Amino acid sequence: MILARVVGTVVSSHKPREMDGIAFLLIEKIDPVTMKGKGDYVVAMDSVGAGLNEIVFYASGSSARFTPTTDGKPTDCSIIAIVDFIEKNGAFTYRKDKAED
Amino acid sequence: MILGKVVGTVVSSASTIGIEGASFLLIEKCNQAGMLKNDYVVALDMVGAGKDEMVMVSEGSTARETPLTVSKPVDAMVVGIVDLIDENDNIIYRK
Repeated sequence: MILARVVGTVVSSHKPREMDGIAFLLIEKIDPVTMKGKGDYVVAMDSVGAGLNEIVFYASGSSARFTPTTDGKPTDCSIIAIVDFIEKNGAFTYRKDKAED
Repeated sequence: MILGKVVGTVVSSASTIGIEGASFLLIEKCNQAGMLKNDYVVALDMVGAGKDEMVMVSEGSTARETPLTVSKPVDAMVVGIVDLIDENDNIIYRK
């Protein structure tokens, strides 16, 4: 799974019928040490209710379809978790409770 | 499989993965000699890999090919802890 930050939303009205009512979020891959964006963006289907600026990680490929909300939907990228902490070598590089919005 | 080192952990309480007690490791990709590449992946830990251990990570749908992860939204999994790598008859990595 790849770490990313939710930076926006994508709205589409012309899409297959079974994708109605599902949120598309614009997410940017991040470097988990500096927490800076890598300038690499993906449109992901949201299965956890992630909000703006939240750090998440997503599954891509066929695994993206194995959540209750994305089951049977033509997605290859779904956010599957909202991250609370990222620890590297014993030190937090990200803490949700300390993150400034 | 790709090679990587366990450099940390990622904690998430709100996830739809639905595997009780699943722990996610922060893996930094490395080459066969253990040189880190500043490229990270979050992988589900099945083998209890410890800090700074070199591991093999399997990516893609094969991550779902274990009893614990069958039909779970997982696309990266630690499938082995590396003890030793030899290249052209000399050992370039030893645990």
